[in-house]
Amino acid sequence: MSTAASRHDLSRFGSEVMRFTPRQCDLMIVAGRVVMKMIPVLQRIWMQMPEPKWCISMGACACSGGVFDTYAVVQGIDRFIPVDVYVPGCPPRPEQLIRAIMDLQDKIKKTGTYNAREFQLRILPDGPKRFDEDELIRIRERNGLKLEEHKYDPIH
Amino acid sequence: MTQISSDSVYKQAIEKALPSVALRWSEFRGQHRIDVPAANIATALTALKEAGMDQLCDLTAVDLLEYPGATDRFEVVYLLLNTSNSDRLTVRTYLNEPNLQIPSAHPIWIAADWLEREVYDMYGIVFTGHPNFKRLLLPDAFESFPLRKDYPVKGRGERHNFPIITRAES
Repeated sequence: MSTAASRHDLSRFGSEVMRFTPRQCDLMIVAGRVVMKMIPVLQRIWMQMPEPKWCISMGACACSGGVFDTYAVVQGIDRFIPVDVYVPGCPPRPEQLIRAIMDLQDKIKKTGTYNAREFQLRILPDGPKRFDEDELIRIRERNGLKLEEHKYDPIH
Repeated sequence: MTQISSDSVYKQAIEKALPSVALRWSEFRGQHRIDVPAANIATALTALKEAGMDQLCDLTAVDLLEYPGATDRFEVVYLLLNTSNSDRLTVRTYLNEPNLQIPSAHPIWIAADWLEREVYDMYGIVFTGHPNFKRLLLPDAFESFPLRKDYPVKGRGERHNFPIITRAES
């Protein structure tokens, strides 16, 4: 909550939109210990999220179970769902969560999702070809039109 | 809270209801306790309810395995309260394996509903006559009783007995 509040404003880093249904999400932040009764619920939430999706395991409890090494507490959610970024700390500082989201942004830029199949398509050009300005200049020179010489203008 | 004496109305009521049963009264810092055999617990609780103990504050159990000086395995504890004069009384009864059955207190105090289900959930003590007897907190598929002393703290693998969702599958 503090991460999104005024002191550490998460929206400065491009993560402003909070959604409270998994069907509109692409990032799940697991922020605390998960008992074994909740694992089927957590897995269902994860399966409800549309691709592409990522997961942050926030805090020592979500990463490893923390101090709660009992029969009911799952020792790390990465045993049952895929996790992209782990945030240590008990509890983590808001800066750590912001850093985790920035790291995740870097990871998405580099790799996309699991095999980056969504992002491979975007490298290829699609749609109409870009207008070539040099080609226009060549056409005008061929037709004998002289281009105006550009004067240096520091204001414009 | 008023100090009740051991020969109070509660003792008279319970001895009238169970005339030939050996009951053990004890006191610790003004708090009175009575040990009732498990076979007579329903009669004793009914007599106490009629004598004025109209609230069941708590119902829980203790596993006395490896407890110093203990002769029985489980102890079921009823904490009773008389709301009109704030008298309190602790009723204890003892159970041993394999007969972990005790009559339910649900017909006497309806507050015993979830308390007995929780005791069953954690200790495996069966309360006969309970109208909706099943686990309260743990999943229905859970097979152990985790607050027993012979149950390991880290469990027997129940916490990791789930399917694993990989990135490629989800």
